[in-house]
Amino acid sequence: MLDFTTNEIKERSALRVNPAKTCQPVGAMYAALGVHKCLPHSHGSQGCCAFHRMFLTRHFKDPAMASSSSFTEGASVFGGGSNLKIASKNIFDIYKPDMIAVHTTCLSETIGDDLNALITDIEIPEGKYMVHCNTPSYNGSHITGFSNMVSGFINYLSVKTDVKTDKVCIFPGFVNPGDMREYKRLLTKMKVPFTMLPDTSGVMDSPMTGKFEMYPKGGTQIEDIKKLGECKKSITLGKFASEPSGEVLKRKCGVEPINLPLPMGVNATDKFLMTLQELSKEEIPADVEEERGQLVDIMIDIHPYTYGKKVAIYGDPDTVLGIAAFALELGMIPKYMITGTPGKDFERLANELLNSYAMTDCTVKVEGDLFELHQWMKNEPVDIMIGGTHGKAIARAEDVPLVRMGFPIIDRYIHSYQPLVGYKGAIRMAELITNAIMDYQDKHCDEKDLEMVM
Amino acid sequence: MSSVRDHVLDQYNSRVYKNRKEHVITIGDKQPDEVTANTRTIPGIITQRGCCYAGCKGVVLGPIKDALIIVHGPIGCSYYAWGTRRHKAESDVKDGEEAKSYLEYCFSTDMQESDIVFGGEKKLKKAITEAVDIFNPPAIFICSTCPVGLIGDDIHAVARWAEEEYGIKCIGFSCEGYKGVSQSAGHHIANNQLIRYIIGTGDKKPKKKFSVNILGEYNIGGDGWEVERLLRRCGIDVVSVFTGGSSVRDIKNAHHADLNLVQCHRSINYVADMMYEKYGIDWIKVNFIGSESCKKSLAEIGEYFGDEELKTRIQEVITDEMLNNADEMQYLKSKLKGKTAALYVGGSRSHHYQTLLKDFGISTVLAGYEFAHRDDYEGREVLPDIKPDADSKNIESITVEPDKKYYRVYLTDEQKAALAEKGVKLNYYEGMFKEMDEGSIICDDLNHFETEEFISILKPDVFFSGIKDKFIAQKSGTLSRQLHSYDYSGPYAGFQGAVNFGKDILMGLSTPAWGLVRAPWKKVPSLSATLGGEE
Repeated sequence: MLDFTTNEIKERSALRVNPAKTCQPVGAMYAALGVHKCLPHSHGSQGCCAFHRMFLTRHFKDPAMASSSSFTEGASVFGGGSNLKIASKNIFDIYKPDMIAVHTTCLSETIGDDLNALITDIEIPEGKYMVHCNTPSYNGSHITGFSNMVSGFINYLSVKTDVKTDKVCIFPGFVNPGDMREYKRLLTKMKVPFTMLPDTSGVMDSPMTGKFEMYPKGGTQIEDIKKLGECKKSITLGKFASEPSGEVLKRKCGVEPINLPLPMGVNATDKFLMTLQELSKEEIPADVEEERGQLVDIMIDIHPYTYGKKVAIYGDPDTVLGIAAFALELGMIPKYMITGTPGKDFERLANELLNSYAMTDCTVKVEGDLFELHQWMKNEPVDIMIGGTHGKAIARAEDVPLVRMGFPIIDRYIHSYQPLVGYKGAIRMAELITNAIMDYQDKHCDEKDLEMVM
Repeated sequence: MSSVRDHVLDQYNSRVYKNRKEHVITIGDKQPDEVTANTRTIPGIITQRGCCYAGCKGVVLGPIKDALIIVHGPIGCSYYAWGTRRHKAESDVKDGEEAKSYLEYCFSTDMQESDIVFGGEKKLKKAITEAVDIFNPPAIFICSTCPVGLIGDDIHAVARWAEEEYGIKCIGFSCEGYKGVSQSAGHHIANNQLIRYIIGTGDKKPKKKFSVNILGEYNIGGDGWEVERLLRRCGIDVVSVFTGGSSVRDIKNAHHADLNLVQCHRSINYVADMMYEKYGIDWIKVNFIGSESCKKSLAEIGEYFGDEELKTRIQEVITDEMLNNADEMQYLKSKLKGKTAALYVGGSRSHHYQTLLKDFGISTVLAGYEFAHRDDYEGREVLPDIKPDADSKNIESITVEPDKKYYRVYLTDEQKAALAEKGVKLNYYEGMFKEMDEGSIICDDLNHFETEEFISILKPDVFFSGIKDKFIAQKSGTLSRQLHSYDYSGPYAGFQGAVNFGKDILMGLSTPAWGLVRAPWKKVPSLSATLGGEE
């Protein structure tokens, strides 16, 4: 398995091997699926759209509906304006969404299609919307694309107004529907009225009813996006996936953002809840405090299995930072933290986190890849890996337990229904991590050492 | 059944109707049946089709294990093709020559904005240098993605440079996603380069008296390995497979084989044709999917070679294999008989699997191809009638001359005529239509709207398709199995594969959860109440 990966690390500046990121448009497609009755539209050749739908479907095991401008060579020479015009008519005619959310591709970006001008030229049926964002694949990653699409909705739809309500705009970050449901539960418990953009719960984790719904019940309402300017504050969860959209809402509508990390682990969830408390002036409900108590109780119970364990964490920047924060609370050592997504803040934030626990001798890398991570592991092994599916070959090659968290997970089921955020999410992370470590021990220890009670 | 077709198409606006009516037909409505295929998808129509790159890198080249494939472009294209198609392979040694597998790796130049603005050739060269240094591959393939063609990077010049600089085989594939109308263009581009640069460059001759190449077999779920096992059991040498589990090491010797067996006609027929022209190697269309068709294909191979000993051996193998699973096949048939299926897969499977379904008594009510051409539907006799259009003209079509050194004729004209009498047709594919029942619906480039409509009207017991529409069918209560990737199961080829397939279908239909879809409180009248305020 991965026989060409050796411990000899040679410098690479051009060859990406086993990436820890993918391209912008898939993130934009995911974000657009989180708006009710919105159809994501890929402005490029149809392979992009097919790949992105395939990939999202494999992660969520639910349909990911989206359309394409189906560029051919002609469109690539003469521009994709006419393709977009035809597409828009057909989509509104046949698939009847309330909104088409267009994102670009490296193809339409390279030929220089001006989406603002193209959309202005298109006749959009009364009461329907067409918005866009630019998602050149040769820039950023799927996280950038996600955030660009969210900003695109605000740019097109949100209105600056003097009317202010008690509502708070929540930017959830690039997380699963299970996480979004957990946010909503906590927001409701804290009596904070909110609009969350996007909200893929009820869309990408829709129930089996015997009837396929092209636009399931979930998703942010368009009317709510229009009124985001009325929010008294926004909360951005995750520096990379959410902060840029918070900035856009501030610039466009004057809504001040409160920037928080993803609420993963005890401290970050505390911070999230106390922020909500400040906004609603409500007490933290006893049952939420009870969840926190349960979590900490669990963490103390399991510490013999987690303390001092070295962990390699890879994936999307906000998620990696969130998992690392919780790993540190468990007494683990985040030996390696790697993301493929560019953004120099990653290394700064990761190092701040490590410094706060006086951790030395850990390696953090932005714009890294899994080939390099594997090479590090060959030089100095870890006890456990946490990340998406693409680490599984490394886990097998090095015989290290792998806990699947984040995006993408295309070789397991149910993960997208369950949260990683909040105290409940941390309890789940704790269970996944401890089970992996304990299963490993059961499988690998000497027979005479197999314990009945652990 | 025509009314079903009309009911679906009538819901379109006039422009879409005009286009789609040629792609959707009912078998038996016209004599002969004719369908429009391999034309552009209308923008905005939710097609399941992919792009040229997907057909070239993803389908044909991806399985070649000992070639290190660098995808020149932004990160996504390489990322999505990383382990997502179940073409299995493992490193192996053949006659002392090793073919290592690079399939666990994903390589990309991860182009950034500056590469788009200033050109990406420099980065590509650097990436090749790094790949040679770290991975030391015998061959490097370069696959272009959309922006590469637009900014004009000359990947072929870079490939020539790499061959000179590093003494390895390096081939460029200009398979930009926007070329053609589907994956089909990519197959053609891959085929062209294989015949130009790989086939015919090896000198290892087959060791056995009878030898073949298996073309258009991608070893999904281990299908290719199963077919190879069967052929070897019969005493036939498999020189190379195009391209499942295969290697440059094997493919370079393909011209030494006596016969080409074509499984997936669409993706590899160009190689079959060109090898016939260049090396004189005949091809027969085989189908190893389904017990009956597998039996027929093996028997035809025996007829081609005409050797009595071989024919006897083949019959023995068939009898033994069929005897082995006769009980299971009978049981599965008793459970599956009378069910109906709809199939929407790539370029050949929608045909191949109908024969396997027939083994179980399952009939096909709807079939369509994602990226086929008319000959895949109607048979190769329509080839002269297919007019090239603007899109197909853009795809390079190469002609080859008989090879001075390697051209040879295996069968005389008389022998060929004798074969034809026995019903073995050389260098011919009959297409999907001829075996289909009157009244079945054909839908080329089946789109989302039509999928929903046809499923709700025809109510097939199983919808065979891909991952993008699988859950659409299942949400509406219809079992869906992926025929591109076999839902992580397989092999489905060969006699044992037929059993695997049948078991998977039965499992899907029998899963208890189907009976739990409706909550019990939805089945009884809502809250009981009394009339007239009585207590």
